[in-house]
Amino acid sequence: MSRLLPLPVVVPLLGAALSLLLAGRPRLQRTISVLCLSGTLTVAVLLLVQAYRYGPVVVAVGAWPAPVGIVLVADQLAALMLVVSSAVTLCVLLYSIGQGRSDTSESSPVSIFHPTYLVLTAGVTNAFLAGDLFNLFVGFEILLAASFVLITLGGTETRIRTGSTYVVVSILSSMIFLTSVGLVYAATGTLNLAQLAQRLDDLPGGVRLTLELMLLLGFAIKAAVFPLSAWLPDSYPTAPAPVTAVFAGLLTKVGVYAIIRTETLLFPGGRADVLLMVVAGLTMVIGILGAVAQSDLKRLFSFTLVSHIGYMIFGVALSTAAGLSGAIFYVVHHITIQTTLFLVAGLVEERAGSTDLRRIGGLARVAPLLGVLFFVPAMNLAGVPPFSGFLGKLGLLQAGVAAGGPLPGVLVAAGTLTSLLTLYVASRVWNIAFWRAPRLATSEPVVRLPRLMVGATVVLVALGLALTVLAGPLFDVTADAAADLRLRTPYVRAVLPGGVP
Amino acid sequence: MTRSGAGPTLVLVLAVAVLVGCGVILLLERSLTRILLGVILLGNGVNLLILLGGRPGGAPIIGSGPVERMSDPLPQAMVLTAIVITFGFTAFLLAVAYRSWYLSGDDEVPDDLEDRQIIRRAGRNEASAVDFGGEGPNGDPEQVDPEPARRRLRRGDDSR
Repeated sequence: MSRLLPLPVVVPLLGAALSLLLAGRPRLQRTISVLCLSGTLTVAVLLLVQAYRYGPVVVAVGAWPAPVGIVLVADQLAALMLVVSSAVTLCVLLYSIGQGRSDTSESSPVSIFHPTYLVLTAGVTNAFLAGDLFNLFVGFEILLAASFVLITLGGTETRIRTGSTYVVVSILSSMIFLTSVGLVYAATGTLNLAQLAQRLDDLPGGVRLTLELMLLLGFAIKAAVFPLSAWLPDSYPTAPAPVTAVFAGLLTKVGVYAIIRTETLLFPGGRADVLLMVVAGLTMVIGILGAVAQSDLKRLFSFTLVSHIGYMIFGVALSTAAGLSGAIFYVVHHITIQTTLFLVAGLVEERAGSTDLRRIGGLARVAPLLGVLFFVPAMNLAGVPPFSGFLGKLGLLQAGVAAGGPLPGVLVAAGTLTSLLTLYVASRVWNIAFWRAPRLATSEPVVRLPRLMVGATVVLVALGLALTVLAGPLFDVTADAAADLRLRTPYVRAVLPGGVP
Repeated sequence: MTRSGAGPTLVLVLAVAVLVGCGVILLLERSLTRILLGVILLGNGVNLLILLGGRPGGAPIIGSGPVERMSDPLPQAMVLTAIVITFGFTAFLLAVAYRSWYLSGDDEVPDDLEDRQIIRRAGRNEASAVDFGGEGPNGDPEQVDPEPARRRLRRGDDSR
């Protein structure tokens, strides 16, 4: 089984090389991308089953044993992230293929899209599977480099303007991460996560806290936690719809995953918990207040994305098993739902010619299916029972109440307020864009939306609903993953079976 | 490195401080070219910092000397990777700056358009026009069933 572990990283990378060579043959290129991502998804599911039944799957790359060589580790958290991310990337890929067939306008992807997209996937999976800090950094850099190309695709003036903000902020966060990697190595003499877990415990408290805050700063920029989140709504909305969707779903969640990993494996004990809780509360409330003021669909969703990152950080900051379990469930839910909403925004743009709420209206009458496709994930995001958004928020709020104390209490109140405001935002979009008299921003004759685009969106909406139906078993997995994360020993023992050197 | 091999020299530490300081100041500028120079300086500063994290000493080649007087090879390997990554990002940023200059005549990073609109609206203390619905009772020509409104009106007349 452990032989399969490198495949989620290697297959997309090889696929990227192959599809770059076949840039002149679009049909073959598309087939290769779809096959690669389907393969990744299959392997990810197998890994999750294995990790859930028998504990973490570990492979030492090049057969160099653990503290010396590089290890790839798939524990339950990593495997679960892998499954969700590959499912979502596959759906978005199908959507983009559908879009590419429909037109040759500015919004459609070009031939460089497929190789870059596969490299992005490889970066994401590498970040999830990385067993040492430097490999995590490399994973981040792979996905960032690919995302730079994707966000400035076509090189139009708007994309360059918004893309330059994104590029500079990302490079800065990488520098901060790299600095902290250097400092961690200087302090401990290792970068293997399992070995670090032991050695960091022995460091003086002040040094330990400094390293923790440095790492958190780097990850918080990537995860768009409040004071560091201003770059996101300015840069995401101008990219093509599938690109924005996959960025919104995955890239910030890789940051959240890294925060979960450092807070549980490297720095347990929660010395930064108060800080994390304060920023989590601010992220939730300020993010959603930003969404209330927006008049463009994509920008509005970007702000809800920022806002809901707060829930996950809240779950991590509680540092209880219930809080962590809720946070992991919320990450899974949010990846799916946020991606779906951005894909729906892309469909709206395709159908109505714009995502500007001032220029469109009455879509529910013009395109009823589009109305349904928007309504279900929007209500899911707002946390209306019985959807998975409600279950995730309920889990987190219960964990917050169980933790007790004034600060978690304030956070629970902020979480409820955010949920209500999200409902307000969702119904505002519904009222403006889907009710009222039909009004389209384009005068072109109506064409049917490409079947593949609608199909991919339907699959993602169904996946969101499946998360609701299967919430029980999923919560079992996340609770188990959270328990393992809190214990730390399963991870450390799997990586270093001979004990810590 | 130091002759005693006990730790890094002050010169290197100062070099890191100066590089990172200048890099950060340049990053705060609006022009992409200066930001680019800032990224280069910052990147070099961070790379030097990583190099300082390892033990100084002779070349880490087996057979070239006693093991305990060799330098730590791992930071050097990491720095190589980091240099390549910084180089790639610098090249990309340069391309973005050139493209920006090509398209708009300068390489300044402006504020976001939507942001400016919303700030202007907030300054005048008004809500977005669409939030009021923007249509009266006859605003929708395709409304197929205008009956209920009229009926309600008539009932109101009766009660008077």
